[in-house]
Amino acid sequence: MSLDTNADSYVTADGRTIGPVVMDLKNITLRFGGVVAIKDISFDIREGEIRAIIGPNGAGKSSMLNVISGFYKPQEGEVWFRGAKRPPMKPFQVARQGLARTFQNIALFDGMTVLDNIMTGRLNHMTSNMFQQAVWKGKAEREELANREVCEKVIDFLEIQHIRKTPVGRLPYGLKKRVELARALAAEPSLLLLDEPMAGMNVEEKEDMSRFILDMNDEFGTTIALIEHDMGVVMDLSDRVVVMDYGKKIGDGTPEEVRNNQDVIDAYLGVAHD
Amino acid sequence: MFYREAGDFKTSYKDDNQTFPIRLDRAGYWVALAVAFLIVPFMVNDYWVNAIFAPFFIYAIAALGLNILTGYAGQVSLGTGGFMAVGAYACYKLMVAFPEVNIVFHVLISGGITAVVGVAFGLPSLRIKGFYLAVATLASQFFLVWLFNKVPWFYNYSASGQINAPERSVFGVVVTGPHTEAWAKYLICLIFLVALAWIARNLTRGMMGRKWMGIRDMDIAAEIIGVNPLMAKMTAFAASSFFVGVAGALFFSVYLGAAEAGESFGITKSFLILFMIIIGGLGSIFGSFAGAAFMVLMPVLLKNVLVGMMGWPTDLAAHLEFMIVGGLIVFFLIVEPHGLAQLWRLTKDKLRLWPFPH
Amino acid sequence: MSEQLLFAAEVTLNGLMAGVLYALVALGFVLIFKASGIFNYAQGVMALFAAMTLVGIQQGQIPFSHLINAIFGTEIHHFPWHVPSIIAIIAAAGVMVGFAWIVERYILKHLVGQPDIILFMATIGLAYFMEGFGDMMWGSELKTLDVGLPQGLNETVLNVTDKLFGYGFFIDNLDIVAAVVASLLVAALTIFSQYSKQGRALRAVADDHSAALSVGISLRFIWVLVWSIAGFVALVAGIMWGAKSGVQFSLSLIALKALPVLMLGGFTSIPGAIIGGLIIGVGEQLFEFAIGPLIGGATQNWFAYVLALIFLVFRPQGLFGEKIIERV
Repeated sequence: MSLDTNADSYVTADGRTIGPVVMDLKNITLRFGGVVAIKDISFDIREGEIRAIIGPNGAGKSSMLNVISGFYKPQEGEVWFRGAKRPPMKPFQVARQGLARTFQNIALFDGMTVLDNIMTGRLNHMTSNMFQQAVWKGKAEREELANREVCEKVIDFLEIQHIRKTPVGRLPYGLKKRVELARALAAEPSLLLLDEPMAGMNVEEKEDMSRFILDMNDEFGTTIALIEHDMGVVMDLSDRVVVMDYGKKIGDGTPEEVRNNQDVIDAYLGVAHD
Repeated sequence: MFYREAGDFKTSYKDDNQTFPIRLDRAGYWVALAVAFLIVPFMVNDYWVNAIFAPFFIYAIAALGLNILTGYAGQVSLGTGGFMAVGAYACYKLMVAFPEVNIVFHVLISGGITAVVGVAFGLPSLRIKGFYLAVATLASQFFLVWLFNKVPWFYNYSASGQINAPERSVFGVVVTGPHTEAWAKYLICLIFLVALAWIARNLTRGMMGRKWMGIRDMDIAAEIIGVNPLMAKMTAFAASSFFVGVAGALFFSVYLGAAEAGESFGITKSFLILFMIIIGGLGSIFGSFAGAAFMVLMPVLLKNVLVGMMGWPTDLAAHLEFMIVGGLIVFFLIVEPHGLAQLWRLTKDKLRLWPFPH
Repeated sequence: MSEQLLFAAEVTLNGLMAGVLYALVALGFVLIFKASGIFNYAQGVMALFAAMTLVGIQQGQIPFSHLINAIFGTEIHHFPWHVPSIIAIIAAAGVMVGFAWIVERYILKHLVGQPDIILFMATIGLAYFMEGFGDMMWGSELKTLDVGLPQGLNETVLNVTDKLFGYGFFIDNLDIVAAVVASLLVAALTIFSQYSKQGRALRAVADDHSAALSVGISLRFIWVLVWSIAGFVALVAGIMWGAKSGVQFSLSLIALKALPVLMLGGFTSIPGAIIGGLIIGVGEQLFEFAIGPLIGGATQNWFAYVLALIFLVFRPQGLFGEKIIERV
């Protein structure tokens, strides 16, 4: 069965509705000194979909994510978000627009507890100022308790109740990844970026993580863009896949289409040069 | 046996969020407050207040301030002495200029002025990190002390270059100047300390504290999840300097009575406060208290034992004090970077399970 | 040339000489920083301690005599001998090597892999300990250090400049010696770190402790080595400053002067330390000369810091430091 993925909105085989384009990247080029990390790449991310970015090591995937989250500023190209061109922004301003992400090398706050880490995800939803917080009683406390409830829901969802008050620095790798996901999820983002959410995990942990990603997308309707190396996972999870190699886009489409793309096969399996 | 949370069920997030989650801790806290406010003031004399209580309370305020900046927000500052001087000189100028205004307001406004100065000197922290910043804060230390020494306006052109606290009172009780009673000195410092510790706790338990700790633990990640680094660092500098400024104002007006910038607020003061929070515990309210108490008590103790009882010359005792302080700093950084506060926490954790540790 | 200009030129020259001494202290910092990533706040106290030890050995002081006297009620102070300067210098260098070993054994070993700022604070603790220890060992009174370095004004410079400009420059002999010694030391250290096997290992350690360990570099040896060299540099700096203004507590404060030099020059660059030292030496003298009288004087207290601070805001890695690329 083939879907018309170019329509304004469509329904996937498993019954989820994919809406219009949320994020549109147009002709992005990113250079570090003389090195071209990303070369003239365009693709879009649609509401409600799971969008994968794949490619060999050094293809520029993480750089792409960093461009989206505003950490790197591309020399050329435009980022369109919700139908408007995004002006040059600091990363924290991008986060305020409703973007959340996880990192390839876990970037949690080691000195804080799991709960506090997840609460940081709520910071764009809390507005009390320094003086209100100094007094605590009143707005600051109300806000804290209301947002605590949201975080507890996320904690339940990701099944990490038992480590709520543990300092993050003491947790094993797999749990840290999950806490990082919880922090991103607590932000209730309209677009969630996952940078290799399953790197370094065993099969069981990968299955758990896949389940969480699917549930997230399904239950909260979160739009997800993810980078992953495990092809099986990518092909199973994602609605559409972008393939990058040496900073260039070599394929874009449903998993089915990408799998049969000759350039992609060459990049992954190698090609005879003659 | 009685020190545990079993049976002390939390049924709301509010209960779970309280400062002392264990019943016995809560009781201990109220008892300590009651003793400090209702019993001790009737027992203290000049020696106890001047040698122990007043410096302890005031240094604890300064340590709370530095802990906000260094322990919570991760920005090491060696300029604490300079900022205390700002508080002291601001307080002096205010006391002289507006004698009819209550001294409590003078102290608070001095804190506010110090906060503004702190933010100004904190601005480079956006570009400079780690010990580059630590060294950069020395600029504020040396510049501020020089300023208060060289610009006569700050000490009202007095011949000695000193500033002297005029007599002021709160509700008819004299709290500054040579006629201050011991208990009044004690109480005014204590009230400021308790109020400010409560504020410090509130600031660090909520989103403000999380933003600061985020910047401390991983500044880039914090920025990407939505912390504005400029705001986070500036609020940390502002809050910290406010505390330090209040401490400086009290140190001059209530404790010393007379001060000279280089002598009272030199670089050694900056290090003293830094040592308090390292020994007490970085990123801990309790640690600020413990560190201040330790650094105030140890020299008194050493002096009493070595000089008083064993008849050593004072300079020898002072040398030994340097060695002990330096050795302890290294010791704590190696063994327990979270200081006395962490040792206390570990003891409590053990006690919670005792006598059935499994 | 006008009187003012000549005077400014003399001030500049004196600033250059002072700058060389700042650079000498800064050099000790750079060495340790390059080899261990540690910002060694104790460098100044090391210079003080080295100078005290030198004087103590030279004059045959009994170590800890004050302590012994206090405990046992005795009245001992000196051994009945004097040690020749050269032997005393060698012995003091030996003490600094021993000190390096102790620092490695009891402090650094336990702090491998800790955040930089923790290491920095540990060296502040070390500085305090050493200050107390040095005073305890040798007494805290002002000592004169005399190892036969030429003192007084340099007649030649005075005469030559007098003939040329009709205005004699006052330059200390000691400053000239210091400049020569510092230049030699810098040359030797550059050659050592760039061309010897230990030098390469040293740079490897600077880059990454664990990675260096895994390729079989002995961290312990490298650290003892580099702290010994830093101790030796401290000894040289201690001799120069001590000969100039006596051995006492204030000598340890030259470390504070070296800090802005480092910020200016970058923590990892030996040429940076030299040029930073010269800039600050000249800058603070000229500033005090030109602006100082207008705003109350004694601007040397803070000028170097404020200069470095302003400079850092525009170039956070210093003059010669490597640019930091941040990534996640």
